[in-house]
Amino acid sequence: MKETHNYTLYHPKWYRERVSTYWWARQWSYFRFILRELSSIFVAYFVVLILFLLHALSQGPESYAAIQEWLRTPFAITLNFISLLFTLFHTITWFNLTPRAMPVRIGGKRLPDWMIAAPNYVAWVVISAIVAWFVIGG
Amino acid sequence: MIDTITLEVARYRPEQETEPTFERFEVPFNKDWVVLDALNYIKDRLDGSLSYRWSCRMGVCGSCGMMVNGEPKLTCATFLSKYVPGPIRVEPLRYFPVVRDLAVEMTDFMDKLKSVKPWIIRQEERPLSEGEYLQTPVQLDNYKQFSMCINCMICYAACPVYGLDHHFIGPAALALAQRYNMDSRDQGTDERLDLLSQHEGIWGCTFVGECTKACPKNVDPAGAIQQYKLKAATEWFKSFLMPWGRK
Amino acid sequence: MDISSHDVLLVGGGGAGLRAAIAVSETNPKLKVAVVSKVYPMRSHTVSAEGGAAAVIKSNDSLDEHAYDTVSGGDWMSDQDAVEAFVKEAPEEMLRLEHWGCPWSREPDGHIAVRPFGGMKKERTWFAADKTGFHMLHTLFQTSLKYNAITRYDEFFVTKLLVDGGRVQGVVAIELMSGKIHAILAKAVILCTGGCGRVFPFTTNANIKNGDGMALAYRAGVPLKDMEFVQYHPTGLPFTGILITEAARSEGGYLLNKDGYRYLQDYNLGTPQPKPVLRSMELGPRDRLSQAFVKEMEKGRTIDTPYGPVVHLDIRHLGEKIINTKLPFVRELCLKYQNIDPIKEMIPVRPVVHYMMGGVHTDLNAATALTGLYAAGEVACVSINGANRLGSNSLTELLVFGARAGKAAAAFASETAEPGSHVVAQAMDEQRRLERQFLSKTDGRESIATIREEMQATIEKGAGIYRTGDLLAQAAQNLRRLQERFQNVAITDHSYTFNTELTAVLELAFMLDVAETIVQSALQRSESRGAHQRTDFPKRDDEKYLAHSLIYRNEDGSSRLEYLPVTITRWPPAERVYGK
Repeated sequence: MKETHNYTLYHPKWYRERVSTYWWARQWSYFRFILRELSSIFVAYFVVLILFLLHALSQGPESYAAIQEWLRTPFAITLNFISLLFTLFHTITWFNLTPRAMPVRIGGKRLPDWMIAAPNYVAWVVISAIVAWFVIGG
Repeated sequence: MIDTITLEVARYRPEQETEPTFERFEVPFNKDWVVLDALNYIKDRLDGSLSYRWSCRMGVCGSCGMMVNGEPKLTCATFLSKYVPGPIRVEPLRYFPVVRDLAVEMTDFMDKLKSVKPWIIRQEERPLSEGEYLQTPVQLDNYKQFSMCINCMICYAACPVYGLDHHFIGPAALALAQRYNMDSRDQGTDERLDLLSQHEGIWGCTFVGECTKACPKNVDPAGAIQQYKLKAATEWFKSFLMPWGRK
Repeated sequence: MDISSHDVLLVGGGGAGLRAAIAVSETNPKLKVAVVSKVYPMRSHTVSAEGGAAAVIKSNDSLDEHAYDTVSGGDWMSDQDAVEAFVKEAPEEMLRLEHWGCPWSREPDGHIAVRPFGGMKKERTWFAADKTGFHMLHTLFQTSLKYNAITRYDEFFVTKLLVDGGRVQGVVAIELMSGKIHAILAKAVILCTGGCGRVFPFTTNANIKNGDGMALAYRAGVPLKDMEFVQYHPTGLPFTGILITEAARSEGGYLLNKDGYRYLQDYNLGTPQPKPVLRSMELGPRDRLSQAFVKEMEKGRTIDTPYGPVVHLDIRHLGEKIINTKLPFVRELCLKYQNIDPIKEMIPVRPVVHYMMGGVHTDLNAATALTGLYAAGEVACVSINGANRLGSNSLTELLVFGARAGKAAAAFASETAEPGSHVVAQAMDEQRRLERQFLSKTDGRESIATIREEMQATIEKGAGIYRTGDLLAQAAQNLRRLQERFQNVAITDHSYTFNTELTAVLELAFMLDVAETIVQSALQRSESRGAHQRTDFPKRDDEKYLAHSLIYRNEDGSSRLEYLPVTITRWPPAERVYGK
């Protein structure tokens, strides 16, 4: 914009509100978004935990027992419980968002969102069942 | 049934004040009235100096987007009856500089629209004498949703990324780029991709998803951006794995 | 004061304005083009057009048939040379828009789809679902962004044409953002400001349609043509005046009175059939349908609502699928603004003012009587629409004549000298007038809204669907009085930034002038033709009135009328027959 205002004595002055640091706390949908962003930390934590478990396993039974010992502490149980909640939250919201990013068309018609999200859930349940069978049954 | 309802309207008179204030107006309550009707009542009968934009009053010109009780809305399509017994708080669209009262500054938005090259790009123009480009209803349907944007900027007011970083190209402009990319007549996807894969482009979006929820025309800008990301990522992988391939 | 200069200046950034701007740039890329508009281009009222745009493209159709439908639809008031040029250039213009990306609805094989429309004997209306105007405007706007020679002045309100030495040389405009007054000079000016539906109380028109361009031209001594012909659209929603597109009827909707009876059969519009028949019943022309409504009302066969009498538009029998694919916007508007679902319920409708057949008098190349001044779109009257416009001709018109105006103005500007310095002094005068009359005026007592509402009531009563000499004379007198009261208008907002009270008062001044031209033109035409129905002169009178009215403004603010014979080329005047 040119700023040569010889007619108006007054120069246009726009008011721009500063976005608050706590913008995410003011609206439930924003808060949920921040929770989802945060959930990735817990997903990462589970990955690291599994790496530690594998490492311990390769070091022999003693070191594996030590890590199992730690896993039984109330702190670890609480941490893992919270992480589980966050991971579930992450998974479900992620699955529900797939139809947005990957619309599928069959015969010229866009499939309804649930049809795209459903296979994710099915795969999840099946894989969980197989893992459970290994862990508990096997 | 109530007779009147109170509106708390944001006022900003830059020649007199340094920041906005709220003013309360009591207007008759009519179940057929939308928020815009109430604002028009105020302007016609209570205070002629109240300034805001409006035109078609049928949800297609995109002028009258404002914050109504904290949510970005087309005021011509927002009934007073939804907010009984009131009060109803009306503010200018969030994240934009306020020029006066309920009118925001929108040249930044206009520049962004232009920056995504929203026109048909062809290597070779087809002469008019050869008639139309054929486009099946399915091909039309591919981009139709993204062509429904009325430029009301409500998605920007819903997007915290735009609020925090004004360089972000933003939902409507990115959806418009996708509208042309998906059009079977267009050949400008590559030309647009370089621009849009910059940080201020698609990668600025963190998928809050509020733009899609707020959109009064079901354009789904969030979907457009994610689809674009998927495409950009595959392009990148392709060029990474097969550097001798494209470009 | 800020002074800038361009080669061609557009006033108005809607369909016609943008088409013209592109045409200038394509004709001569060296020309500097300015688009001055009081709103951002995509807010322009073209955006609200729903049904479609007519152009012959199918092999079973012909240019002659399109021309004949247009001429007979206009009750032989159309200039037939203009109509012939129009139908000939229409298909090319529509194709061009297709090439620019307009999302036209398609046949399964990918060709353009067409739909039937009121008053058209063949299916020739191109459409983009039922948001045709929206898609056309956005396509034009987005395409215009490609041309670097086009400079936009968005949210600049034009208050005056600068005329010197017998030619127009620019405009004076207020920049809304700052309140600053600009003199924007140009070798040629094209008016594309649309119509003036807001002069009436019930209208489909947006708030911005105040006859700005008509009044600007009229005040500059340019005659307005055929201002007595005001189109009522038969199906608007009560209260809001929101348009329910003619496509609702062309897809097969019925108009029913309070007894559920398709009443149009009583008004020489054919016999009811279950499927839509072209040029018959619900697909008759808009003037005849709106007039039939008034007759039904007089017989007490309409339905009373808090917002006046209505009839019902019934599209339930079309079924959910057709409604959702062909008429999605109709459903959206009904659900959002009337709180009814047309799949299950009948839509209450009434006639509402929709379009001005009249406007700034132009020739075939959109040139007005003032050198350098052009006009295109609803603001102009070429005239292809005659005494009644057919649905889906106006969107095509703004392309054809927008392009013609752009080319003509480009040619003119290429061989014309720069604007002189005299006009800058005129612009200074205008700035002082605005200051004195409005910005620094503190003693007014009349409210803007009151004068506006009284003007609207006056013109509805005097120049509505049916008119009489007495009522028109009374309306003329009332309008004079309102002009006087306007001198005493109260302005409470004296600030510069985004002063919408100032624009409201300027718009009211434009509307008052335009309202007078409508009433005066209607008063003088002692016959009934198309949209102009005089109960005291119920017959068409080709001997005296097969002529366009031209209304001029006198120095003292009064008006005078002249008549210009209608150009007849191949279709001699005949009776308008529908339903056969």
